[in-house]
Amino acid sequence: MSEIDTQRRQFLKTSAGAAAIAIAPGMMLYQTAQGDTQAASSTVRWGMLIDTAQCKEGCNDCVSACNKENGLSGKTGATDSQWIRKIEIKDVSSGRALSLPMMCQHCEHPPCVDVCPTQASFKRADGIVLVDRHLCIGCRYCMMACPYKARSFVHETLTDQNPDVPRGKGTVEACSLCVHRIDKGQKPACAEACQNKAILFGDLNDANSDIYKKVRSVASVQIRADLQLNPGVRYQGL
Amino acid sequence: MADLSKLYSMNRLYYVLLALGGLAVLGGAYAVFMMEHHGHIISGMNNQIVWGMPHVFAIFLIVAASGVLNVASIGSVFGKAVYKARAPLASLLSIAMLAGGLAVLMLDLGRPDRIIVAATNYNLTSVFAWNVVLYSGMFSLVIVYLWTMMERRMNPFNKAAGLAVFIWRFVLTTGTGLIFAFLTARQAYGSALLPPMFIVLSFAWGLAVFHVVQKVIYSWNEKTLDPAILQRTKNLLGVFIVGSLYMVATYHLTNMYFAHQTGFERFILMDGGVYPNLFWWGYVVLGNALPLLLIYFPGLGKTRCVMIASMMVVLGAFALLYVFIIGGQAYPLNIFPGYEVVSSFADGQVASYAPSLYEILLGFGGLAIAFLITTVSVRVLNFMPQDKPYISD
Repeated sequence: MSEIDTQRRQFLKTSAGAAAIAIAPGMMLYQTAQGDTQAASSTVRWGMLIDTAQCKEGCNDCVSACNKENGLSGKTGATDSQWIRKIEIKDVSSGRALSLPMMCQHCEHPPCVDVCPTQASFKRADGIVLVDRHLCIGCRYCMMACPYKARSFVHETLTDQNPDVPRGKGTVEACSLCVHRIDKGQKPACAEACQNKAILFGDLNDANSDIYKKVRSVASVQIRADLQLNPGVRYQGL
Repeated sequence: MADLSKLYSMNRLYYVLLALGGLAVLGGAYAVFMMEHHGHIISGMNNQIVWGMPHVFAIFLIVAASGVLNVASIGSVFGKAVYKARAPLASLLSIAMLAGGLAVLMLDLGRPDRIIVAATNYNLTSVFAWNVVLYSGMFSLVIVYLWTMMERRMNPFNKAAGLAVFIWRFVLTTGTGLIFAFLTARQAYGSALLPPMFIVLSFAWGLAVFHVVQKVIYSWNEKTLDPAILQRTKNLLGVFIVGSLYMVATYHLTNMYFAHQTGFERFILMDGGVYPNLFWWGYVVLGNALPLLLIYFPGLGKTRCVMIASMMVVLGAFALLYVFIIGGQAYPLNIFPGYEVVSSFADGQVASYAPSLYEILLGFGGLAIAFLITTVSVRVLNFMPQDKPYISD
């Protein structure tokens, strides 16, 4: 009788141990994958103020930093992704020339989100406009709808991706405001890389932030403000 | 016995046609496989021209699928016997073209394997998402409508089904026009005129396709179409052509009225290279002026003329859609009004586009799907128009 009991206990112990060994790594991976589970707050509105007077023609630091951070090739062919680009503009009537970076403007009312058939384009509570690469079916309607040409379509197989920034062939992508950095309390790569401090990043709703104060003290505009999309990116000196 | 050998050769021809259609579908499937495997890099599309040749084919098929039902509506809703006899064929063509067009549209997606997501994650504000419902609803409605015509016991519901289809297809083509009408930032689109323009275009394109298919079926069955009937439908085609030309002219004239759009109009109508040529020669001359001449010029307007006119209308449709879809994207998006712009992302430059073989194979694959559905259905079911002795109504 007692002999049978010992065997039974031994068996149960071994099984429990084996089960624990089998499940434990999965649980740990699950926790790692979940990361910081705190949701984005709607009291925050992330934005940028770009000082065109400080942005130098020919300087491409923000573009290079973005490419490196997000694992983009940096090529500028017709089918290559460009999340941020430098535009040289010249006033037709006065001849005044300016240089400025252009990227997703993180609109409050983003047309890309309106037109997306699958809710792959979405706006986070803190104002960051993103593409869910698992939902995007690659219809490119958002690219047609964006007034800033901020989005690119992945035309070919990708290699050497940055694990923080997963991308996928056949889906649409754009500037994520370096959401993976923001969630770690860092600035977007372009803002950090700009030597002339032309890109001021911060919370447009936080009365103590530099961007909040500066937007209220200097003249700045939103591009294509006539469309009333209320972009989170503003330009000074335009 | 002579008749029998003729029957054999007809039978052989049928299988040859099936094989040719099947081959074109296979070509489309090959293009899809290649685009899936390599990505859209092997297409001519890029980050500036995001919708290309597949969309020209798909939108033609979908718009014509709606317009061809006009024949059915005039019969079922307005009770004209001549058209009623043609309603089953019109409905069949509608289903066939809708299937072909949707296949092209879906298979051009970056991730066609995820198409089910369009049903599981539905975005109420998206015109594309509305169209998913509109297209599938149209499919089911037209099948029910066909059922009420071809099954005697369902005949009493024919009028109601016809009315439902009549309303649905107006909403559907409005939806197709809205895809572009809601793109307010783009100079070529963002006009409230687009939905009605697409509706009128659908009338002409649908009837043109119908004329061609009807003629082929009559020849196949060695029957001749009553000239009085052709006379009526050709006059209708003439009216539709004039109507669509009017809508297209109005769209361009309103654009010219808005000062900030004149640059775009100058591009599409004068300076834009391939686009003005396609517009004037392809759409206006080949797709409208010559067909009108063939229909209305004294002494012309016989069966052969109407056939050629109809085929020209179809070719003109492709020319117009190419100009509208691709030319509309090629013109630089105006992000900084009043400024000259240069960048690495083609800002301020006319975007270039050359359709690749894969896109064209995919487009013809869609046409072939419509062709196969029509050919097989006409063979196995009775879609031959049955005219009563001619009644003027």
